[in-house]
Amino acid sequence: MTERVVEHPENQVPVAFTLAMLDWLPWLEPPAEAALTERQRASLVDAGRGKSAYFRLLARDPDILEARTRTDKDIFYNTSSGLPRAERELAAAATSRHNGCIYCASVHARHAITFSKRAADVQRLLDEGVGAALGERWDAIVAASVALTATPVAFAAAHVVRLRAAGLDDAEIADVIHAAAFFNWANRLMLSLGEPAAAGG
Amino acid sequence: MSGADVIDALAGLAPGSAMAAIRERKPVTRAQAQASYAALFEPAEVGSVSLQERFAVAVFVAGLHGEADIAGFYRAGLVRSGASDVLVAAVYDAVARGRTTGPYGAFPPGPLSVEDGTGPVFLAAAEGLGERLAAALGHVHMLVFHPRDADAASLQALLNAGWSNGGIVTVSQLVAFLAFQIRTAAGLRVLAETAA
Repeated sequence: MTERVVEHPENQVPVAFTLAMLDWLPWLEPPAEAALTERQRASLVDAGRGKSAYFRLLARDPDILEARTRTDKDIFYNTSSGLPRAERELAAAATSRHNGCIYCASVHARHAITFSKRAADVQRLLDEGVGAALGERWDAIVAASVALTATPVAFAAAHVVRLRAAGLDDAEIADVIHAAAFFNWANRLMLSLGEPAAAGG
Repeated sequence: MSGADVIDALAGLAPGSAMAAIRERKPVTRAQAQASYAALFEPAEVGSVSLQERFAVAVFVAGLHGEADIAGFYRAGLVRSGASDVLVAAVYDAVARGRTTGPYGAFPPGPLSVEDGTGPVFLAAAEGLGERLAAALGHVHMLVFHPRDADAASLQALLNAGWSNGGIVTVSQLVAFLAFQIRTAAGLRVLAETAA
C-alpha cells in the first residue's frame, strides 16, 4: 500500500523572517515517542528531543541522525578553540536567510543575539537579507557564508583574504566554513520534510 | 568503517599539512563527519535504499555542484555497487542536463515574494535510471538548487514512485549531508591553497 503524506491545510505558514519561536509540522508521519526503539532513542542524543516531531522523523534512520547531531553539536558548541559562538551562529543565520529557511533562521538569529548582544544588526540581517551592512567583520563572515551556500560553491581566495583582513585566523575561517556548510545540511532537511508554523498554533 | 578520512581526501589535504593540523583541533567534528559518511555509504543495514541508489544520488549531487573529482569518488562507489555502464551513463547524462545555479525558489506568498527567484524544475527521464531512481533525482535536484520550493506534494510523488517514509528520510539525509561534505571539502581546499 502506498503511504500518504501528512498535510496541514489549516496551518498558516509564516511569510517573513522572524525572531519569534516557531513550531514545525512534519509532512511524513514520525514514530510516536513511545514507539521509538532503543536504537532510535539513543540516536536522539538528548532524550528531550523525543518530544520533537522533527527529530523523531529523522530517527527513522538512526545512524545518520546520531552522527549528524554529534557533528552539529561539536561545530557549534565546542569552544575549546576557534571562532566565537556568536559568529558561528551568524554564519548559520546568514546561510538560512540565503537558502530561505524561515524556521532555521529564527532559531539561529536568536542564538546570534544571545551571544553577540547585537539585536539590531541581526534583525537587519533577517529584514534586509544577506546584503545588509553589519560592519566589516560580520559582512565578511556573511559574504563567505553566502558564497559557500551557492551551488556550485562560489567561495574563493578573495573570501579568505577578506576574512583574514577582518582579523580571523585560519582556524576561525575553518569554523566559518563548517558552520555555513552544516546549515546547508540542516536547511535542506527542515525545508523539505515539513513546514514552519506559529508556536502554540 | 573505512580508514581514510573522506573530507581530507576530497579536499586534497595531506597528512601533516597546516590544514590537517587545524582539523585535528576539532577531532569530534572530524570523526562525526566521517561517521556520517559511513552511516550513509557503509550502512550496517541498507534498509530500503540500496547502495547503488545511494551512490547514484551522490554522483548526481556532486556533479550538479560542478565538483568533477568528488563525483568521480562517488562514481567509483557506484561501479563497486554493481551498476551497469548504462546506469552510470544515465546519471552523468542527468548531471549534464540538470546543471544550473542556486539557490532559487519561491517564498510563501507575502512580503518575501519580491525575493522569489526562478529556475528550472528538473524531471529525470526513466530511461537508464528506472522509474524509482528517476523520481528520486527530480526531488534531489530540487533539494540541491531550490530547497525552499519543497512541499508535501514532492514527497507524495516519491511515495507514489515506491519510496517509503524511511527511504525518503535516508535520501533527504544523503543530499543534505553531501551539501555539507562538498562545501566543507571545497572550502578547506580554498583555504589551504590561499597563501597568507
